[in-house]
Amino acid sequence: MPTPLIDLPPGMPARLYAPVEGRAIPRRLQDLGFVPGTPLVIRRRAPLGDPVEIEIRGYRLCLRVAQLDALRVELDDGREASAASERRG
Amino acid sequence: MSAAPAATLATTGPTRIALVGSPNTGKTTLFNALTGSAARVGNYPGVTVERREGALVRAGRDIRILDLPGTYCLDGETPDEKVVAEVLTGRITGEPVPDALLVVADATTLQRGLGLVREALERGLPTLLVLTMIDEVKARGGRLDLMRLGRILGIHVVGVVGHRGVGLDQLRAFLEHPETWPRRATLPPADDAAQRFAWVDEVCRDIGAGALEPDSRTDRIDRLLLHPVLGVAVFGLVMLLLFQSIFSWAVPAMDAIDGGFASLGKLSRDVLPEGWVTDLWADGILAGVGGVLVFLPQILILFTFLHFLTDVGYMARAAFVVDRVMGWVGLQGRSFVPLLSCYACAVPGIMAARTIASPRERLATILVAPFMTCSARLPVYTLLIAAFVPATPLLGPIGLQGATMFALYLLGAATALASAALLNATLLRGTISVFYMELPPYRVPTLRLLARQVWQSAAAFVKRAGTIILATSIVLWVLLSFPKAPHDPSLSPEAQAQADLRASAAARLGHAIEPAIAPLGFDWKIGVGLVASLAAREVIVATLAQIYAVGDAEDYGGLRDAIVGDVDPATGRPVFTLPAALALLVFFVFALQCTSTIVVMARETGSWRWPALAFSYMLALAWVGSFTTYHLSRALLGG
Repeated sequence: MPTPLIDLPPGMPARLYAPVEGRAIPRRLQDLGFVPGTPLVIRRRAPLGDPVEIEIRGYRLCLRVAQLDALRVELDDGREASAASERRG
Repeated sequence: MSAAPAATLATTGPTRIALVGSPNTGKTTLFNALTGSAARVGNYPGVTVERREGALVRAGRDIRILDLPGTYCLDGETPDEKVVAEVLTGRITGEPVPDALLVVADATTLQRGLGLVREALERGLPTLLVLTMIDEVKARGGRLDLMRLGRILGIHVVGVVGHRGVGLDQLRAFLEHPETWPRRATLPPADDAAQRFAWVDEVCRDIGAGALEPDSRTDRIDRLLLHPVLGVAVFGLVMLLLFQSIFSWAVPAMDAIDGGFASLGKLSRDVLPEGWVTDLWADGILAGVGGVLVFLPQILILFTFLHFLTDVGYMARAAFVVDRVMGWVGLQGRSFVPLLSCYACAVPGIMAARTIASPRERLATILVAPFMTCSARLPVYTLLIAAFVPATPLLGPIGLQGATMFALYLLGAATALASAALLNATLLRGTISVFYMELPPYRVPTLRLLARQVWQSAAAFVKRAGTIILATSIVLWVLLSFPKAPHDPSLSPEAQAQADLRASAAARLGHAIEPAIAPLGFDWKIGVGLVASLAAREVIVATLAQIYAVGDAEDYGGLRDAIVGDVDPATGRPVFTLPAALALLVFFVFALQCTSTIVVMARETGSWRWPALAFSYMLALAWVGSFTTYHLSRALLGG
């Protein structure tokens, strides 16, 4: 079960999944290495919640939450997405 | 992209190698190490992207290295990225396709960097790959089979540690003979990003470039600097330090330069024969050069700070912390520091906006930058506040005068932010807005690189602002000096100077604009001052001193008394009142009275349209603001 990337708790490893139905991963993010299957982790959120710092392909990138709405992930260790939401709640 | 025929390498003329790489890969350090200090900096035609070219030092032949702007892909849409694509395909006039490509990638982030390497290989040019920071790979428990990588890609791969010079000799040997560099091996097709990065992942597995141990130093520092509470506190402290440094620390040097030029002017008058040539030298040229150089201490401190914070890796963190807040008015985290720099001078602030990758936010930042209270406004504020605002204590050490000064700073900043929001909702809609920002690992910058960057930036400031301020000073000197009043031997030198000024072209201009500024409470004398302040705002102080025949422009007390004591001969009432002074202050908060800002704005936006817009918008705001202030304060305070 894929989870929206924005809901991924900081520090939890995940892999990029195919984007939301009918949407595409923005071209610019693809050029930065955001392609399905790529492992990533949200490092932290900025003090006011936006932007977020994402570690992917060995570097760290800040992206605004609004740019991430088409992106989904699946948890790296195969746990269900609900586990993530439970931890968050 | 078809492979270029083998015979394209020119046998005569310089051999041209383009340096391609992402930001934060050590590309600039490498460029500096290879080309020494002889880089030629210019612009690509029609755009504001910086073009840097340097000759390879100690080469047996003429080899030029073209440092292309940092980019993550070869078909992007920002001006920087477009230039890279256009240079590589020979679409820029006067910029033939380079003879060879030197691709730079950070060895610690190959899983990303090889994506760009792959795109560069598709060009089919002779290519050499340089991997920087190979020492960090080892330090973080990684390994890297460069030979194997070279075999897979079909090109030479050289590992370097740019700032320590490791690997540079081997690289130089290669650079002397780019025509011998192989082109890429046959690679599996990669038509889109997904296929390209699938290939990248495979290559990384093949050469053993797996995930490295986390960069624990960066992790530790980030836990503090990006902490939700402490991070904001540190950000505030750093910005306060920057602000403090451009004011307190720069002041002694600025005073010294100011004083030096004043004495030089006096000395010139003493030794040179009286006449207009001496006047031009002392009041036009010396004053103009002094007017530029007086900013240099601030500029040097400012650029040292900016480059240091950028090189060390903090600038991106600062932007991360404030991005949300700046986003509310349609700016970016990256806009903050350029705007803060404008407290010294809008020119370096506008130049610093180059670090904003998104065209839309960059333009918005540039357009609102002149609202920030630059140091040229300070002498005007000081004079008028000291002259007209009573020194009533308000709270502890804070008096009404200090509070007025603070209110002016606040008004400028608030107007900048409000204008940014307005621009984004109107004119800039539809301009490309992108936001992504790398948080590079913290690195200790080398002193040499820092010194070189500060030097280049300061030189660019003196060249750009300097020539304009000097030219405007000379034009103004002519306007203020000619035609002269008839010489009257019975007059004192001050009175003669006053009579000359009243007969000058500038005075006529002042009279001509009087109807437009009378509703603001200004007379023709302020009009002359406003005309003169187009060179640089603080010039109004010296001009008013001349109009009121006060010998020494530094004599705020004397000038203040002269302005306060000025009465209208027809009515016998004071010409200049507190409401008029407040209106003039508000005028200076809003108006874009700075020729160098206008010119730099035109250069940085690539069009005169934007400075024209900013000038008209700010002038309209200044008029309305002054009008409102004048009439409102008259109603409230009387007078």
